[in-house]
Amino acid sequence: MGFLPILGFGPQGWGHLLADATLMTLAVTLAALALGAAIGAALTAAKLSRSVGLRLTADIYGTVFRGVPELLIIYLIYFGGSSLVSVIAGLFGITGFLGLPAFLAGVVAVGIISAAYQAEVFRGAFMAISKGEIEAATAYGMSRLLRLRRIIVPQIWRFALPGLGNVFQLTLKDSALVSVTGLVELMRGAQIAGGSTHLYFLFYITGGVLYLVLTSLSGQAFRFAEARVSRSFPRGIGRG
Amino acid sequence: MDFGFLASTMGQLLAALPVTLELFVLAISFGFVLALGLVWLRLSRNPFCSAFARFYIFVFRGSPLLIQLFLIYYGLGQFSAIRHSAAWPLLRDPFCCAVLSLSLCTAAYTAEIFRGGLLAVPNGQIEAGLACGMSRFTLFRRIIAPIALRQALPAYSTELVLMIKSTSLASLVTVWDITGVAQQIISETYRTMEVFLCAALIYLLLGFAVIRLVGWLEYLLSPHQAYTRKAAS
Repeated sequence: MGFLPILGFGPQGWGHLLADATLMTLAVTLAALALGAAIGAALTAAKLSRSVGLRLTADIYGTVFRGVPELLIIYLIYFGGSSLVSVIAGLFGITGFLGLPAFLAGVVAVGIISAAYQAEVFRGAFMAISKGEIEAATAYGMSRLLRLRRIIVPQIWRFALPGLGNVFQLTLKDSALVSVTGLVELMRGAQIAGGSTHLYFLFYITGGVLYLVLTSLSGQAFRFAEARVSRSFPRGIGRG
Repeated sequence: MDFGFLASTMGQLLAALPVTLELFVLAISFGFVLALGLVWLRLSRNPFCSAFARFYIFVFRGSPLLIQLFLIYYGLGQFSAIRHSAAWPLLRDPFCCAVLSLSLCTAAYTAEIFRGGLLAVPNGQIEAGLACGMSRFTLFRRIIAPIALRQALPAYSTELVLMIKSTSLASLVTVWDITGVAQQIISETYRTMEVFLCAALIYLLLGFAVIRLVGWLEYLLSPHQAYTRKAAS
């Protein structure tokens, strides 16, 4: 078999590159998810607020970032961000084109998209909290913050878990598009290795298998987490 | 704001609209047929058939579309058997490769959506049909298919919107669709925001049109609910 040394970790092998690239994909995904959770939480608050302006803003955000191709959003952040950086650098007397770091651009772009989906998940989870519990907390005289911390957020995490699992997979797959900025994540790694060896098929299959490993492992992790949190919620539909 | 530039950008992007639409329509048509086959395999009693469908769905839903597209466009050409086969003129063409990989991918998602629709058909209705002496085919045509299709429509419209967005990946294998043209204009002019706004507007309108179209189909397929809506109001 000729292809094992090529995929291995020896001097002729591309194993190191692929392993580093897989870690990079994971890093982009996790960072984008974290950023998406922060923006998503703010969007959810805006969606649930009484202000028409805030609700409208959140709706427009959701429509645009869920309806426009991910690739265009990555171009917007990468090229647009780079122009912005160049302009700001110009103010400090540095001339010429400066690029936004590919990792940062990728995380911001994928995070912005992820936020639009996470906001929907969080909103659904908030709606699933029984109104009586929030009323009970208010009746106890809990402040808004305490209510959020003790009653709402712990339950949102539980109700949002299945949806977050889906968003994780979506974000993981979106992270492959960051390869267009030149960041060496799994997709780009497979491209580089395939281009250097002309064994495109082998490396794209390997890359695909590594993505499948990541998606199935994350699926397992979310199923495990769901089983764990649902221990404290013994009753109800859909809780196994 | 430079309206002249916006108008000329919009014109260039709209000239690429037919390519995006062709990709979309061809991919969802082939994907629909493939998905029907996959659901049939997935629900078959033969364990080999259903395992194959499960594996297909796992692979195509679990990996990014971009790597599937590159695998077909760059990967298949590596084999001389394929380069000398009758399919090579098709597999050498970026547009055909894009349609092929979009169809294969959407088939996996659509199959799961249709399976969900089939599972939503109430057992009592199937039993009632059987009790009336319907053959398997009549049962499927009169009872199962209409209910399943109606149940699957909302999820299917989401998949269609995702497919509109997915057609943009074709630009990465040199198909000049809207995203491809937009990327070209951006790299020539560096006016990212204006080009983005124009392209985003076209994609949003396309998605909106698809959602309205499926909503109308849903309305046509639910006459019983139109009746209860009237009664309720």
